[in-house]
Amino acid sequence: MLAVDVEKRLGDFAIAARFESAAGVTALFGPSGAGKTTLVNMIAGLISPDRGRIVLDDTVLFDSGRRIDVPAHRRRIGYVFQEGRLFPHLTVAANLDYGRRMCGLPREDKAFAHIVELLDIAPLLDRRPGKLSGGERQRVAVGRALLMRPRLLLLDEPLASLDAARKREILPYLERLRDETRVPMVYVSHHAGELRRIATSVVRLDGGRVVGVGGIELLDTADADALA
Amino acid sequence: MFDLSPDEWIAVRLSLRIAIVATIVALPFGIAVAWLLARRDFWGKTLLDGVIHLPLVLPPVVTGYLLLISFGRRGPIGAFLADHFGIVFSFRWTGAALACAIMGFPLMVRPIRLAIEAIDRRLEDAAATLGADRLWVFLTVTLPLALPGLIAGFVLCFAKALGEFGATITFVSNIPGETQTISAAIYTFTQIPGGDAAAGRLVLVAIAISLAALVVSEWLARRAGMRFHGE
Repeated sequence: MLAVDVEKRLGDFAIAARFESAAGVTALFGPSGAGKTTLVNMIAGLISPDRGRIVLDDTVLFDSGRRIDVPAHRRRIGYVFQEGRLFPHLTVAANLDYGRRMCGLPREDKAFAHIVELLDIAPLLDRRPGKLSGGERQRVAVGRALLMRPRLLLLDEPLASLDAARKREILPYLERLRDETRVPMVYVSHHAGELRRIATSVVRLDGGRVVGVGGIELLDTADADALA
Repeated sequence: MFDLSPDEWIAVRLSLRIAIVATIVALPFGIAVAWLLARRDFWGKTLLDGVIHLPLVLPPVVTGYLLLISFGRRGPIGAFLADHFGIVFSFRWTGAALACAIMGFPLMVRPIRLAIEAIDRRLEDAAATLGADRLWVFLTVTLPLALPGLIAGFVLCFAKALGEFGATITFVSNIPGETQTISAAIYTFTQIPGGDAAAGRLVLVAIAISLAALVVSEWLARRAGMRFHGE
């Protein structure tokens, strides 16, 4: 269970957002510039809110009143970035193993093999990220985030840099992920069609504010303006 | 193959030892300063940048003289180090290494700084979300990605240290077997009648070492580059 109630001012733009998300895939949905990425970065600990609270399960990650701000590296929140951000100097296998090593987790060959199989990335393990296609890169990025055994997985427009064919290639993997792992996810997108397949609940953002919370029916009413 | 006399070999070995020690000792400082200049804003940053680059623009004799009055036996820093740690620079090969390190330092810092500035910091954010604290981010992401700059800085500093003459001879003089490097030995041979043959041999050695260093650095840089783009 993730509970977010934060305020942040960035120049002219202000975010004041409050929402909660349970298990499953929570979509953060809204047009470009709605503050989705900023919000996700605050959950990950990459930027600090000006005010508010972020609580994951029973852990307070941020509380301005009590001056709590757990640094990103201690939050155990997996993050799949829009551009993958794989480490170019490491092989795919080393990229996948990076989070486990940094978190000091024991080696688990079965879990590793399972994720590799789930995402179908076994043939890529010895390659370097520079030689991967966009779709392969994002699958490895998802695997890398999962293998640190996160308490929450953030996906920020993970398909936005891919063409339509690549999107169709990856979506089934994300659906399997949702159905086979128990990791709750926050999935950022401005694309209703993509979210309709993956999301279990929806938080609509616009202009830095939450303008709707509900099920995937929220995506239908929003289609017109979001895709404009 | 070069048919050097024992004294000439001593000068060659001494030069290599001075240049290698100077460069290796300077490297951690070079990385730290490059990182500070690339990543941090602090009071006196411009001054620090200027002081580091000073040996590049000052006449080497001036740098050598400044070293002499500060790190010499009676200099404030030199006296302190000699009394408390037993480290003596004046008229020792260690002094030559110090002079070479300071002369090579700006050449080492610049490429490392540029390499650190060129790193995509979003990769460091990604490492943080994967559980790496700041030290591990630096060691596993920043430093490896700056490797080509590190190699360039190392080689430039080494090259400068190998050829350094003015600051070294001013600071620690030209003592055979202690501070007489290849450059100083060549200079000495050209000052005495009949020294041409010896000077010529050392010139060949200097060319050979420099070429070897260039080839090795090129090979290393290519390997480092390949790691990012190739298999």
